[in-house]
Order: sequence, then C-alpha cells, then structure tokens
Amino acid sequence: MSARPTSPGPVFETEVLIIGGGTTGTGVMRDLALRGIHCLLIDQRDLNAGASGGNHGLLHSGGRYAAGDADTAAECRREGDILKAVAPECIDACGGLFVAVEGDDPEFAARFPEHCRSAGIECSAITPAEARELEPCLSEKVYAAYKVPDATIDPFRITLENVNHARQLTQSIFLAHTELERFIVEEGTIRSAICRDTRSGDTLTIRARQVVNAAGAWAMQVARLAGCSGVQLLYSKGTLIISNARIGRRVINRLRPPGDGDILVPGGTVSLLGTTSQTVENLDDIHPSVAEVDRLVAEGCALVPQIAHTRFIRAFSGVRPLLMARGAETDGRKASRGFSLFDHESEGLANFATVAGGKLTTFRLMAEKTGDLVARRLGNSEPCKTATTPLPSGDAIRWTEPGFAARYWAARREPGDLILCECEMVPTSAIDAIVENAPGAELQMSLNAIAVRSRVGKGTCQGAFCSLRVTSHLYDRQVYDSPLGLRNTRDFVAQRFKGVAPVAWGEHLPQLELAEALHCALLGLDQLTDDGLQSPTTGGRVP
Amino acid sequence: MIKEPRRHQAELLVIGSGLAGMAASLFALARGVSVAQVGNSGVIAFTTGYLDLLGHDERGFVDDPWQALIRLREDEPRHPLANVTENDIRAAFTSFTQSLTEMGLGYTAPGAHNVLALTPAGTLKPTLSLPLTMQPAIAAMAAGLDTLIVDFTGLNGFSAREVVANLSQRWPGLRAARIGFPDMDSGAEVYAEVLARALEVPATRQLLAERIGPLLGSAQALGLPAILGVHRPDHVHRELQSLLGVPVFEIPTMPPAVPGVRLRELFETRLPQCGVALEPQHRVKRLELHTQGVTAHLEDAYGEVTIEAAAAVLATGRFTSGGLRADPNAIRETLVNLAVSQPEGRAHWYRPDYFDPRGHAINRSGVMVDEQWRPLDATGKPAHPRLFAAGSLLAHQDWIRQRCGAGVAIATAYKAVDAATQAARSG
Repeated sequence: MSARPTSPGPVFETEVLIIGGGTTGTGVMRDLALRGIHCLLIDQRDLNAGASGGNHGLLHSGGRYAAGDADTAAECRREGDILKAVAPECIDACGGLFVAVEGDDPEFAARFPEHCRSAGIECSAITPAEARELEPCLSEKVYAAYKVPDATIDPFRITLENVNHARQLTQSIFLAHTELERFIVEEGTIRSAICRDTRSGDTLTIRARQVVNAAGAWAMQVARLAGCSGVQLLYSKGTLIISNARIGRRVINRLRPPGDGDILVPGGTVSLLGTTSQTVENLDDIHPSVAEVDRLVAEGCALVPQIAHTRFIRAFSGVRPLLMARGAETDGRKASRGFSLFDHESEGLANFATVAGGKLTTFRLMAEKTGDLVARRLGNSEPCKTATTPLPSGDAIRWTEPGFAARYWAARREPGDLILCECEMVPTSAIDAIVENAPGAELQMSLNAIAVRSRVGKGTCQGAFCSLRVTSHLYDRQVYDSPLGLRNTRDFVAQRFKGVAPVAWGEHLPQLELAEALHCALLGLDQLTDDGLQSPTTGGRVP
Repeated sequence: MIKEPRRHQAELLVIGSGLAGMAASLFALARGVSVAQVGNSGVIAFTTGYLDLLGHDERGFVDDPWQALIRLREDEPRHPLANVTENDIRAAFTSFTQSLTEMGLGYTAPGAHNVLALTPAGTLKPTLSLPLTMQPAIAAMAAGLDTLIVDFTGLNGFSAREVVANLSQRWPGLRAARIGFPDMDSGAEVYAEVLARALEVPATRQLLAERIGPLLGSAQALGLPAILGVHRPDHVHRELQSLLGVPVFEIPTMPPAVPGVRLRELFETRLPQCGVALEPQHRVKRLELHTQGVTAHLEDAYGEVTIEAAAAVLATGRFTSGGLRADPNAIRETLVNLAVSQPEGRAHWYRPDYFDPRGHAINRSGVMVDEQWRPLDATGKPAHPRLFAAGSLLAHQDWIRQRCGAGVAIATAYKAVDAATQAARSG
C-alpha cells in the first residue's frame, strides 16, 4: 500500500485550464490564444485519444443529416466552408456521392435533393452511369446518385496545429498523461485542479481563473467532479475498418437512413469503411469486434462489391459522446449531433464551462462559442478569429499526412536519413523533428506519442517492424535509456493488435503471425514485466 | 526459350523448404534415401539461427527442456513433441546440428539445459543449440565480463545502446560504441548481409579490427551484430577473435537477417551437392496421390516440372509460408485440402489481449496426423498411406509461445522421414 501523497506537487498557473486534448479542447485552446489568453490543456492520455482520433475524418457537407436533422446539416455546411478556407492543408476537398442501390427505399432517395436544398447544401443529381464513371468501384445496382461537397480532414493534423499555434501565440502549454482527480472549489469558484501524472503517479496542481471541460466522452465524469449533474451523454460506440489501398476518389455515402457500412471515406492512401453504432455503458476497453467487422464488410459490399475481396489492415472504434436531452432518444443513430455549451451558473459555479456533443466538422464553432463565454468571463473583449485566421503549418506537425514523409524524404535525398517505417516511408529526420519540437515534446516522447504525431505504425505492417526500428532509434538518441523504452514498445504493439486481430484473415493474417513470432518468440516481449525487465526466469544457464 | 516438360524421380518428395523441409532432406540423405525437394526457402531467412527445443511453458522460461517434455506428455498429449520419444528427439537434434557443423556452419551440441541467448533488443531467449559465432556471449554474461557492444552507423534497427540499456541490470559490465564500417561509413544505410559478405575478405577484417581495437579499453569480450560472414562464419569469427585478442560474439539482428541467410544458402548449396533435386524457389501447384506414390506438378522459368516419388513429406509451414490459409471464417490447408483442427469461427482465433500468456487459439490450429505421422482427412482417416506431415503445419502446438519451432521442425521431420522411408520401401 502506498500512502496518498499529501503535497500539492508542482503548481501550474494559467488563465484557462482546458480538460481534453481532442479537436474541441485544442480548438478552444487556439481560439483563446488568438484572443491573447494563456491556456493549459491537459489530457489523461494524449492528443486525440478519444473520438477525435477514432473517426473517419469526414468533413460533412451536411448531406448525411439533411433528412433527419436540418439544423445540424446546415451547421455542417457552414463550418465545412470555413475550414476549407482556413485550413486547406488539412483537408482533401475530394467531394462526395450519395448513391442508392437496389433494395434501398426509393422515396427516401427521391426526397434527398429537397432536404439538401432546405439545408442550403449544394446537391446535383447524376445518372447511375455517370456515378459509375466517376467511381468505377460502385455497384452496378446503383439506381440513384447525387453529388455533394463532402471532404475529408486529418483530425490529427488539426489537433497538432491547434496546440502548436496556441503555443506560439501565448506560450500555452499541453500536458499529456495528466488526469484530473478533483477540483478545489471555494465560494462557487473552482480555485484549482488536483491532477495526477499517470506515468509517474505524481500529483500536480493547476490554478486557473476559468476551467473548460472539453473531455468528449469523458465530459460527464469531469462535470460530476465539479458537482454538476446537468451534462447527460449517450455513449455510442462506432467501429470502422481501414483498407490497405484507397478504393474511391470521393466520399461514397449510401442513400438511405444511417446504418452500418454505409460510408466509404478516402483517407489519403487508404479508405475507411464505417460505421457501426452501438450504445455502450462505459468507456473502458473500447475495441472493435469480429462481428462488427463482418457486418461492415457485408453491408459495404452492396455499395462497393470489391469490399468483399479487399485487404483490410486495421479496425478501430471510437465513442460518440451524444447529447441526451432528459427522457429523449436513447438510440445513438437518432440522437442529436448538435452540441451544447453549459455555463453551469445555475449549478452555482461561476468559472466552469462544459462543451459537449457535436461533431468533428463543427469543432471550430464549438470552440468559438466556448471561447466567447470564457473571454467574456475574463473581461477580454477580443472577438473570435478562428473563422478567418489561417491555421499555420508547423515543421514538427506535417508528418500525419499520408504520403508526405515519402515525398519529403525523396526530395531531400540525404543518404544518412534512414527510413524507420518502411510502409509509410517515415525517415529518421521526421522522428527527430517530432521528438524535438512536436506538441507534447516538452515531456518525454515515446513510441506511442510519436505514432499520434506521424504515420508510424499506420501502414500495412501496423507497427510490427517499424515499432522496433523506431525504438532502436530512440535508444540511440538516448530518449530511452532503460528497459522502460521496451515496455512502451510492448504496450504499443499490444494496442495495435486490438485493431489488427478482427481483420486478420487472407493476406493480412501472415503479417500478424510474423509479428507475433518477432515480438514473442524472438524478443520475448510477452515476458516483460511492467518495469520492462524480463520476468525472473527458471530457465537458461551456462552450458 | 524452349519450354519443355521435365520429370524427376526420387524415393521421397519433400514439399517445403523451411527448417522442417531442410531437416527432412538431411535425415533422408543420412538414410540413403533419394530425395527431391520443392518449396520456397525464403522464410528461413527469418530465423535467428537459434535452435529452440522447448523454451517456455506455463511456469515461464524452461531451464531443462527434457524435464519440460515429460510434463508436456502429461499436459498436452496431442502436442507433436509429446509424440516423439526423448531418444528420438536427442538423436534428431544431434544429427541435425552435426550435419550443419559438418557442412560448415558450426553449432553447439544440444545439452541437458537451455541457455539464455541474446536478442537484438537486449532481452534473453532460452534456446538449446546456437551457432558457434554466438556462443561466447553465454560465458561472457555468466562471468560478467566487461564487454563492449559495437554497432554501425547506418545499420538500421540494431542499437548497441538498446542492448546495453536492457541488459545492464543483469550484466553491469556492458558498454556501447558506434563506429562506421570500413569503406561503408558515408552515413548512408548499410545492410547486415552486405557487411557480412565484406567481412569474408581478410583486408576488411583487418580494417574493422583496427577500428574496434582502440575502443576495447578494459573490455574482455566484444559483441557485434550478426555480420561475421555468410559462407564461412566460423572462420571469420576465429580470425576476428585472433586479431582482437578477446572473445567475440554475434547478436542476431532483426529478421530477415544473416544467420537465416546462412542457413538458406547452406541448404541451397549443399543439398544439391549431396544429390537432392532441389527446387527452392517454386511451389508445388498440384499433388496427385496414387497407389504407388505421389506425383507433384510445378512450373519454373523453363516450363513444367513433374516429380514422381514413392512417398512425400508435407512440410509447407503455416500462414506466412503458405501451408495454411485463413479465409474470413475458416482455416484450410492449401495443397491437398487436408482436415485442419481449428477454433470455431474467426471470433475465436485471437484472444483480446495480444500478450495473453495462454497464447492464441489460431496458433494451435493445423494439420492432424496419426501415429505414423500421416495427415488426416475430414473423415479422421489418413489422407493417403504415402503422405506424411512435419513441422509447424502440425496442429496442437504453439511454437511462437512455447519457443519450440526448431524442436517441432526437427523432431517431426525425423519421425516423418522414418515413416515415409518405410512406406517408400514397402514396395
């Protein structure tokens, strides 16, 4: 038994403490920094560890919500236009199609253009033949098709750029692996937040004038720590699968009420097929299942027949934090995609705000509304600038874009710049840039952190080989100097496995077999204890 | 180019060119049986060179594999190693390592205990027999010698600092240094196999020794990544030791690596010299089974090849080698469509936790055999009286977790060849 530390640990002072390092929390951080406000952002894990890193990266035209939720649809359209203008480097304006195949409700299809019109979404009807010419992968059974301005967005890059910009503007700080334990509240005001470094177990204290809860799926828990029970969320687990090559040029949506396997989204060099929806009770151990993968493949085939023979390299799951109006919808498919900003004043707190619900596409608007409230409370009259200020692009941040590292490496032609990740062509210089200067590099970098900030582990081998080469490089650079480095590698490959196992069949299964042979039979990572050492052995001796 | 059909005849056809296939050919040769062998040998390059018999059981790492085998016979009676006697396993292992040594790749004799061998991450791995070029590490670690681990600029994936950081608690006298390899020190990437071939040249060894010598200081031993030659590693090893005056040992690099390339090249060179008709780059396309034996069909760059044999040993390996194939919901054997013991449905192939100590069910799937090592068909009967099976293709073993890959390959090849020879010669 270890005694609970009583010292407050190191004390950080800031104007605004933001809890949650997803697109919303980092969006709030940048919004406030653009108004000249210093922020401190914490996340219990790392950037985009929740839904912000577990989605298909779709920048909605609004078409998906046109039939059921016109307000959200219109909001998506407006925000999509803004992001395309201010963050073009994070966006692939690939366009999208909505297509109905035989068996889909013709009336639903026929009403689609009208719904789009009323939400202000550009929508043009094309013939099935034209649709198949644009996207040859489409089923021959397409009977109706519409073009919409869907796009894709790199949520990792957005998050990293947000943090990096805030860092430049007001020396705002991001602390990873920092978990909120409790608030110290006096006279209706949160005075400080007592946190724990989840890696060292050490306590730290953060004093802030304002506190923003942008904890995504965890927002309800954070609100409760502040004694607020008004935030009610529905947890909807969604699973997606990633193909090893890009299938369609555009976003391909199935023109029917939302269901499993009804969207295929390009993501640079790959495509993502999604999405399932399942209400879950808690947020622990969220990972994709074989049954979900099989359902996605079965449904996806109706839209794009080649899905049946496609090699998938990974499945992943995220939890949509959906707002639950009291006594209202408990079906994740039908719950609102809108967001709410809670000022908690009726609950007796003067300096606490929660922003919850919403979508990746509307993160900027969520941040703007939150920023307005927080700035007003701080007596800051600067207006929101995120709708017009372009997002800058930082050197240590470019590495999440598929294909960028390969182009960079080839153009640079530096013979000593060894490739560490062969699938995604990530060179040593990229790892070094991330270790030196990426958001979060103020603390010790690890393989996990590098993977969030680059394409490492995202290619066909899913980290089986590159994780080991990057690990060796981190030892070379003395970023690692103890067995804890290898433990981190063990945890990284164990995490990747959860996504690979459900899609392991055909040509992909040998990859996993080889990985396990390497990780267990050769390196004995299965025998590492938590201090990174091998467990005491009965075996082996000098002959 | 004229493409014409060619025919080979042999008493025994070995299908597969991994460790089990290669061992099967060696055992057959030792019995004076004529052999034809087909199968892609590429996967051998993924071995470390270490030959494990049984390195891990539910108690953890195994010290005495022979004792562990006694427990295995109790606990896992269907395990392939549980169905070979201790004497046969010893005879197989001894014969195999002796053959390797005689062919020019020195191995330690399998002893009474496992030894803990080094890995490229600086962890330890229990194994039974290891290349002579790696052996000095065992004594150096046991004696806690001051030891220098050297790595090379541009050699991707091998870090002396990593080895030292992970081993130093157990072996405090370790120290790391990095140098440029002679004439390949521009900073650009270098490859272990290229360095190994370069070290077969005496002048390169001399230059390397001159670079390492001044770094040794108080070091009483030297560790290097496995680059000490491809064809005559024992010679390169001896020469470098005498140039430096301290024991030198190799540490395997990440596969595919030089120790595996040595095995592959040794087999590909020496087996044909011993009379084996070897097709190491091709796969059998179709196997006909008939009363008097088997007929294999394949195609190489010069056209169709047919091989007639009185019996066959199937050693086609698992998924990576192509002996097994995983359809989305079932595992099948790819050449003869033999029955495959397997979990019910893909949801049961893997456990949720990658490192679950019980291992994953899919790794125990595979081909079932009778007591004569004949694979079974769907009715539970031998598929054919002259077809035998060996190696990792077999069900009821988990070579990855049990660290018994070489053990299963060598011991079952020994038994399968034994049974196949009897069948081939029964007329």
